[in-house]
Amino acid sequence: MSIQSTATDPKLANSVGIVTPQTMHFDTPLTLECHRTLPEFDLVYETYGQLNDQKSNAVLICHALSGSHHAAGYHSEEDVKPGWWDNMIGPGKAIDTTRFFVVCLNNIGSCHGSTGPTTPIPQSSSEGTPGTPYGPDFPLITIKDWVRTQAMLSDRLGIDTWHAVVGGSMGGMQALQWSVDYPDRLRRCVIIASTPKLSAQNIAFNEVARQSILSDPDFNQGRYLEAGTYPRRGLILARMVGHITYLTEEAMKSKFGRDLKSGKFMYGYDVEFQVESYLRYQGERFSKNFDANTYLLMTKALDYFDPTRGYVSDESLSDLEALKQTLKHTRCQFLIVSFTTDWRFAPARSEEIVDALMANDKPVSYVNVDAPHGHDSFLFDIPRYMGAIRGFLNSPFLGAHSNTDSAKPAATTKPTPRSA
Amino acid sequence: MRIDHELAKQWIAPYSRVLDLGCGDGSLLEHMQYSLGVTGYGLELDEENINIGISKGLNIIEQDLNDGLARFADNSFDTVVMARALQAVKSPDTLLLDMLRVGREAVITFPNFAHWQNRLHLGLKGLMPVSEALPYEWYNTPNIHLCTFKDFERLCSDNDIEIINRFAVTDSASGSKKYSPLMASIIRRAPNLLADVAIYRVTKAK
Repeated sequence: MSIQSTATDPKLANSVGIVTPQTMHFDTPLTLECHRTLPEFDLVYETYGQLNDQKSNAVLICHALSGSHHAAGYHSEEDVKPGWWDNMIGPGKAIDTTRFFVVCLNNIGSCHGSTGPTTPIPQSSSEGTPGTPYGPDFPLITIKDWVRTQAMLSDRLGIDTWHAVVGGSMGGMQALQWSVDYPDRLRRCVIIASTPKLSAQNIAFNEVARQSILSDPDFNQGRYLEAGTYPRRGLILARMVGHITYLTEEAMKSKFGRDLKSGKFMYGYDVEFQVESYLRYQGERFSKNFDANTYLLMTKALDYFDPTRGYVSDESLSDLEALKQTLKHTRCQFLIVSFTTDWRFAPARSEEIVDALMANDKPVSYVNVDAPHGHDSFLFDIPRYMGAIRGFLNSPFLGAHSNTDSAKPAATTKPTPRSA
Repeated sequence: MRIDHELAKQWIAPYSRVLDLGCGDGSLLEHMQYSLGVTGYGLELDEENINIGISKGLNIIEQDLNDGLARFADNSFDTVVMARALQAVKSPDTLLLDMLRVGREAVITFPNFAHWQNRLHLGLKGLMPVSEALPYEWYNTPNIHLCTFKDFERLCSDNDIEIINRFAVTDSASGSKKYSPLMASIIRRAPNLLADVAIYRVTKAK
């Protein structure tokens, strides 16, 4: 369990305080959806609040592309920035740590501590050279794989059923997959700024990001760590294009407009406009803290995401029909949240999930929050958004609707896979 | 509980599927869910009301009723309820027909513009009526399609909509209290003049 300080610093007092990440080691081989096997792996995680005696107050937080297990609090008193979702999680906050036991883990394939491309290949591995980083040989991971490892961590923590599984963006995809793969292991599911699968446009942006990295000479076929370098320019470009999709035209206009750094045209290709300066700065910062192979792998996990795989056998079904069939066996209450200005995963994509749930008579609420920050809105402290999450997590649990079929847990049924 | 909610509830079958259009803070839905075991959804647009409904454990979907009910399949509900929202939507006629497409029956309540107080207000004062049932000034009212009971019934007959039941009440006089049998029988005789709120239970004529 994380150590929490008795905070005197106001910064600490308004948060879960000082937290220490934990590591859970799994030494049984894990066969992934791509049919490759990790001989062993570590999951790094943090917890906030206390697990009650009935173990009924646990909330799982799933992180997005660049997130980590460090969702709330500080790692030390000198730490300037709190965890990535500190405005959501903490004492008295929407996900109230005086009430809930909150768990956030770093997914495998990431670069923040859990086993991933930067991890040395273990002695037990039958592939590669033990001791050298996995690098490009790290297997491709899917959202479904992540959810499976999250369920394995739940077992170790003694949490049979989550009070709620919560995630934004790619984290929302994991929450959705949870409801489908482990219908009896969560009572509530919160899916924020997410989508039932990526659109061609989403995949196109991811491909630009990947090509930026892959075409950087410093990428070295993914073995940049051994070469003592990293694809800095590729990562910067990848982040720049990604970042544009997280914001909106309006947000960029109000933040930067056409402001010039030096106040006049320089007639060259150096940074001139404030927006260029911002994107380069963000890209630069990101490139220093993020692993290129992880970025490639994460964008592929996004592209591959399709919760209907394995649950729908008829390929001729429409997207809505397929999603409808997939969600038929879910047993939790859902809250779906979108943001009006999000064009990466637009409100219409969230509504696809809402419609598929309503078509199955499943308990679901939906809010479309008016916010100017685009996709990034899910990380902002917006009272209405926070209020909906708080109200949903604290609301009486009404269970699955009475007139749904006596649902068998979908994870234990074995329908024909929809596609190979 | 509001009188029209109380009455609407009489026409909702236990354990049925209900869609509540413009569900407000979800008080009717909550009541139906807990006392009748119905399942269903409330559509609402007001941010504060949506969050109140969610915190009650209800299924609240943020949606503008002016966008119609295209997201719902034919006959996917037993009853579609709409309490005091008909007069505030852009196309009441289209919405009414859509309600009877997605639901077997519809229960609708709306304020009666032909209530004697409104007639007096307009007839004697020459001002747009402002009353307990219609508490807005003409320039800030959300009620853009006010009608009378007669108007509504004409709309129904023009569109092959069968009125199964109707109930006219004076909301201002009653609140949650019941009025005397004498008063009730007088109102029954001239509802379009004496009642200020009506509850209709309608279905598609066979």
